[in-house]
Amino acid sequence: MRYLPLTDDDRRAMLETIGADSVDALFRDVPRAAWNTAAPNLPDHLGEIEVERALSVMARKNLDCGAAPCFLGAGAYRHHTPAALDYLIQRGEFLTAYTPYQPEVSQGTLQTLFEFQTQVALITGMDVANASMYDAATACAEAGAMAARITKRKRILVSGSVHPHYASVTATQLQHTGLDVEVLPPDPLAMEDLLGRVDEDLACLIVQTPGFFGHLRDVSKLADALHELGALLVVAVAEPLSLGLITPPGEMGADIVVAEGQSMATPPSFGGPGVGLFATRSKYLRQMPGRLCGETVDVEGRRGYVLTLSTREQHIRREKATSNICTNSGLIALAFSIHMTLLGEAGFTRLAEINHARAVDLAGRLGQLEGVKVLPAAFFNEFAVTLPKPAAEVVEALAARGILGGVPVSRFHPTYPELAEVMLVAATEMNTDADVDALVAALKEIL
Amino acid sequence: MVDTITGNQALQIEQPLIFEQDEPGRTAVDLPAPTIQEDRLGGLRRKTKVGLAGLSEPQVVRHYTRLSQKNYGIDSVFYPLGSCTMKHNPRLNEKMARLPGFGDIHPFQPESTVQGALELMDTLAHWLKELTGMPAVALSPAAGAHGELCGLMAIRAALEARGDARKVVLVPESAHGTNPATAAACGYEVESIPGDGNGRVSLAGLKDKLGPHVAAFMVTNPNTCGLFEGEIIEISKAVHDAGALVYMDGANYNAIMGRVKVAELGIDAMHINLHKTFSTPHGGGGPGAGPTVLSDALAPFAPLPFVVHGPDGFRMIEHARDAAEGQQPFGRMKGFHGQFGVFVRALSYMMSMGKDGLAKASGDAVLNANYLQARLKGSLSASYEGPVMHEALFDDRFLKDTGVSTLDFAKAMIDEGFHPMTMYFPLVVHGALLMEPTETESKQTLDAFCDTLLALAAKAKAGNADWFKAAPRHTPRGRLDEAQAARKPVLRWTPPAQVAAE
Repeated sequence: MRYLPLTDDDRRAMLETIGADSVDALFRDVPRAAWNTAAPNLPDHLGEIEVERALSVMARKNLDCGAAPCFLGAGAYRHHTPAALDYLIQRGEFLTAYTPYQPEVSQGTLQTLFEFQTQVALITGMDVANASMYDAATACAEAGAMAARITKRKRILVSGSVHPHYASVTATQLQHTGLDVEVLPPDPLAMEDLLGRVDEDLACLIVQTPGFFGHLRDVSKLADALHELGALLVVAVAEPLSLGLITPPGEMGADIVVAEGQSMATPPSFGGPGVGLFATRSKYLRQMPGRLCGETVDVEGRRGYVLTLSTREQHIRREKATSNICTNSGLIALAFSIHMTLLGEAGFTRLAEINHARAVDLAGRLGQLEGVKVLPAAFFNEFAVTLPKPAAEVVEALAARGILGGVPVSRFHPTYPELAEVMLVAATEMNTDADVDALVAALKEIL
Repeated sequence: MVDTITGNQALQIEQPLIFEQDEPGRTAVDLPAPTIQEDRLGGLRRKTKVGLAGLSEPQVVRHYTRLSQKNYGIDSVFYPLGSCTMKHNPRLNEKMARLPGFGDIHPFQPESTVQGALELMDTLAHWLKELTGMPAVALSPAAGAHGELCGLMAIRAALEARGDARKVVLVPESAHGTNPATAAACGYEVESIPGDGNGRVSLAGLKDKLGPHVAAFMVTNPNTCGLFEGEIIEISKAVHDAGALVYMDGANYNAIMGRVKVAELGIDAMHINLHKTFSTPHGGGGPGAGPTVLSDALAPFAPLPFVVHGPDGFRMIEHARDAAEGQQPFGRMKGFHGQFGVFVRALSYMMSMGKDGLAKASGDAVLNANYLQARLKGSLSASYEGPVMHEALFDDRFLKDTGVSTLDFAKAMIDEGFHPMTMYFPLVVHGALLMEPTETESKQTLDAFCDTLLALAAKAKAGNADWFKAAPRHTPRGRLDEAQAARKPVLRWTPPAQVAAE
């Protein structure tokens, strides 16, 4: 078996050293009743060729986004991955290292984390960022809990602009913490009255921009109003590329920013793994969840990096920790960071422009179709449209024509009949003019 | 002291931060100029620079290559971190996860276009259920601690459904920190259960603490001392008799995969770290995946989403209203559908090993740990009598009066080309050294490791404390000042002008 170095001779010699008769004898503490005597209903080992063959058959049953014009978003975006990125994250010293608990032999991972934290702080316009969370949805829940710790209040309000998965994960994760999470109904027209719902009991308001339906939002006034009341503003970002073009939440008064880093790090991979970005103000640092990498010096005074402020964390504080998180999303954080480094200021801002230009063009084309209306006036690379037919049917009809044309909002909100005809459409640099032509032509036939 | 002019040491090159290599306008991507008539940003165009560094592609590749060379990884060294299961990460898994039909599919494609992805999730679930004998599995938790939360939330939902929420979760004193932190995150008070003096849970101590206020007992098995809780069936029975449920922390499942049917242990929930047991890479701290198997009592409360067999193929259930009658999901734990890319890697490994290979691997993992214990126990102080399971626990009695601490000993190992074992955990012994070799190490590697440790132990006992205190000497950095890092936190780079102004 290719992954097992021991030979039968080795095993015999080792058992002799141990003074045991057999490997089974080493399991003597396991109750007999639990021994796996009846072999499970599973196959025996396979060679590399057979595994590759079997999994390739499974993979080919999927329509991959590279094989179809693809306009899917709703929190997962498909961008070009530079060849150098996928090579670098597969270097064994990054890929097969553990969490950097021994800093002398982990300076590689630690320096990249320090650079990652800096990049996240820069793009969000915040002071500090942590070394990553699982994803944006769980980061959103952690932000709610953190705001409650800071304000010592219990009410968390989630705007209808927030991705429904972020909202439901927040509600689920905090349901037994004594906090009161109120999720507002979906807000396709960006009409919800948030200012009317904030008061002195509120720990934080969570909003998203660009919103789930695509709307860009100036949250400055909201931030002022919340701060007046002693509450915090949490801003969620589902598409971090937007921060290359639009005013970052940190410049609009956000206290905590959470984001999904997938779009800038890794292909969609059916939605996981991604990476949760988490940034805040310096003054809230000690209430932050997750790992932090900090700069220090070694015994010879040379600059180096370590994991720090771990007295917030579970392995030290146990039940009093700021979060139970341990393993986070290190390698995807590295991928995110390498992509940011490859792009740089010039590439990041230009890529954002290209995405916006592509979306503006697409919105113009779709808006000319009979019965189709683009909902947001201001958007980045994604927007909701209303269709003259149920969006779920339209999406199926498009798929039958080999086009991944959009995401029906009914998939998230089946109990809102008024949203049945709303579809989310995203455009990125991966879409060509021909893709747009194909989508428009197919919609003309279907609608 | 490094005596070169540059501070470099041949292959070890001093590498500045990317921000210190910045030249404005430089980039490693060539993108066309966008053509846009009029933006639709509603006046929210960014007015400030982002501040990202500009480098070319060769600079970027060299930067990360040089940084990678400052890391130990399993690919390069023996990495016997206890409780972390640092086994070989097969590259076939990486190749499979990058097949376009797995890597380049979107979570919200129509179901008809992702039947292969749903089949993969269903197949992985089948393997996990068959191996453990448990009737259900929730795939979506993102890591071990997240799986713990999944299990406790299911337990709480089941208790609340019978109108009996309860208040307390019991946790052994040897548990990982995530256990009490998770119990607290699920709204429970935590009470600690003492050990029996032999590295295991005290059944009598547990029975003393059980009562109508106890919701669950969390037990790591094999435990963090590397021992199997031989009384687990009695433990489960006692917990159930008190009306509570059993959460088994499966962090150390590698010792028993393919050999022990955990369903027969009487437990109600257990997470499985795919990034340990099933060989997906740790990546310097994730991503992982923590699927959680559930008993019949908890299965109805499994979180969304999950895959079911429908009349026209596989279906993804994303809302409680679409679930079968009797299902009452406690909510959603994760965006999208879980760590799909990790699922692909884990299934690739499972298929490679097969049921025969998995049993052989857990046997070799246990054999390797016992071999370390047998070779080292004459010189290092083994904390408990064997046989051990997947890891061997030593404490610092052998260093008594040498002036050398567990930390010093570990740092000396680094210079010898070994990643240290887990230090100072579990907390139940003094100066713990917890070694987990895994099954993917050869006898030659184990022998070289044991020879080195025995020589180091002899050196410590011969009175060379200063030599140990100065280790490591041959690493890119010597010991780092962690106190300074925490006292004056510098968590990001700041432009020099701004630093001067502050």
